Amino acid sequence: MNQRQLAKIAKRVGFWALIAVIMVYAVFPFYYAVITSIKPSSDLFMVELWPSNWNLDNYAQIFSQSSFVRAIFNSIIVAVSVVFIALLLGITASYALGRVRFRGRSTIMLVILGVSMFPQVAVLSGLFEVIRALNLYNNPAGLILSYTIFTLPFTVWVLTTFMKELPMELEEAAIMDGATPWVTITKVFLPLMWPAMATTGLLAFIAAWNEFLFALTFTLTDTQRTVPVAIALLSGGSAYELPWGPIMAASVVVTVPLVVLVIIFQRRIVSGLTAGAVKG
Amino acid sequence: MASVTLEKINKVFGRDHIIKDVDLTIGNGEFVVFVGPSGCGKSTLLRLIAGLESITDGDLKIGGDVVNELPPRERGVGMVFQSYALYPHMTVYENMAFGLKLAKENAETVDGRVMSTARILQLEELLHRKPKALSGGQRQRVAMGRAMAREPRILLFDEPLSNLDASLRVQMRNEIARLHNRLGSTMIYVTHDQVEAMTLADKIVVLNGGHIEQVGSPHELYQRPATRFVAGFMGSPTMNFMPATLVSSDHLGCRINAPGIGEMALPQDAQHLSKGAELTIGVRPEHLRLAEPSADNRFDIVNVEYLGNEVYVYLDPKEGDTLIVHRSEAPSQWKEGQAVSLIPDTTHVHVFDQNGKALPATQASAAA
Repeated sequence: MNQRQLAKIAKRVGFWALIAVIMVYAVFPFYYAVITSIKPSSDLFMVELWPSNWNLDNYAQIFSQSSFVRAIFNSIIVAVSVVFIALLLGITASYALGRVRFRGRSTIMLVILGVSMFPQVAVLSGLFEVIRALNLYNNPAGLILSYTIFTLPFTVWVLTTFMKELPMELEEAAIMDGATPWVTITKVFLPLMWPAMATTGLLAFIAAWNEFLFALTFTLTDTQRTVPVAIALLSGGSAYELPWGPIMAASVVVTVPLVVLVIIFQRRIVSGLTAGAVKG
Repeated sequence: MASVTLEKINKVFGRDHIIKDVDLTIGNGEFVVFVGPSGCGKSTLLRLIAGLESITDGDLKIGGDVVNELPPRERGVGMVFQSYALYPHMTVYENMAFGLKLAKENAETVDGRVMSTARILQLEELLHRKPKALSGGQRQRVAMGRAMAREPRILLFDEPLSNLDASLRVQMRNEIARLHNRLGSTMIYVTHDQVEAMTLADKIVVLNGGHIEQVGSPHELYQRPATRFVAGFMGSPTMNFMPATLVSSDHLGCRINAPGIGEMALPQDAQHLSKGAELTIGVRPEHLRLAEPSADNRFDIVNVEYLGNEVYVYLDPKEGDTLIVHRSEAPSQWKEGQAVSLIPDTTHVHVFDQNGKALPATQASAAA
């Protein structure tokens, strides 16, 4: 074996070692959460990479709490509504911003980008007043409203970029065929924009699904809470016990839908994210 | 089917005056080609007729009615785009049926129209394919089919063949010509390719800088160009232009002197010009004759191009850098480096005044 071959093997080993490090770094916390969630509570603080005995008691426990099931249901409603509203408004806004020539178009784009730069905390108290004035306090609709505010800028920005890439002649062909702008959007552009819609929709879903601060502030009762808050407020047998097992079980339950969604859409996400960058 | 009338049409984009006072009448069933260099406004003019751009000033009539304010779908026009612009997610059938469905035609009518259009364009085998599974020529035919399916009164083509390779272009050119013969509908076609214009058109409209230079049949434009621009634009290789001065003129014609070639008598009417006026003569490559050089008519051959059926001989023009081209049937006796004299065929010499306008033939010579 000569030196060149050795160097080649060394490079390959190094490459896979690096990947292994990254994998461990990224996956280990989640792996440990899964492990913890299936341990009986007596083994909870034994540090081990493979549980010596396991059961699904923690899962049974969280699903026996009606407030947790209710919270999952709330989260689904909120996240799906946010995705739907954000995509509907995003598509129509991006048509206007990407296709219609009017004064102040780039100003509007910059304002949209600017809005998305505010930290959540900065607008929290103001938004709280808005939600109270609209009588949406302790109501999932209030969460839908506030999440939409934060997901729309990104959605509009990405969809506008994508919309600008669609050939002008395609729209003109639709106009010659007698299509109104609404028909052009729904029948011609929408089918071509699925990658971008999948990307932005998924990111909006994840943001709405995981959001904690607004959900904590704008809801009061168990029946209106979303999952992240419900997990945080899980309580143990006494004030001195943090129920790590159920918390981990709940976290795994909440994360799995996201992982499944990402796996389903992963090819489209990649093509969606690079869509604006390279033509074709 | 309908006629189209443009009356003093103007188009202004911001500060750019793109179309200037264009008057044009297109008869029912005519095949009209707009031709000109890029930026001459030919595509804009087509888009004004289609309704994709608004008309700044003037009246556009289709079938006698002013349609300035009508949206494209109500004008009864169909358009074939340069990039075809087929809907990529729809099959060929759906592409052609889209406009009909939007017009709320019933399912039978839609099916009937699509099938009959497909038959005319030989697309029946391809109806269930998506555009990405089609070749360039097939896409082109689908684009035409989509425009035709709604049975528009006028068909518009915006450089439809420029995305095809050379041999396919010739084939599609023939198909479009045959299609026009069969349908007999009014067609307006935009191209920058003068060969397409010559071969397809009943009537050619030469545009330059937003105004019409000349309208006429291909024969008229080639034989009697109204301006130096048209003369230089139509024909390949392009017409040779040489400076000349007016020596004398009467009701029979004029005598001019072209430096390096000598004096010649021409049938053009130059009586409104003063003696010594500066002119430009234009001679097509096939209307030049080469002979043995003389002392005062002597040009050097700088290159000879052999094309199989014909030969182009390029001569040093002495003034300016545009080579003089001579065209003759192969084989040719002339070789690079030889000197020759130039003898224009005086019945085919065009004379242009300082504004580039062609001098007309005198009445006496026209009668003869």
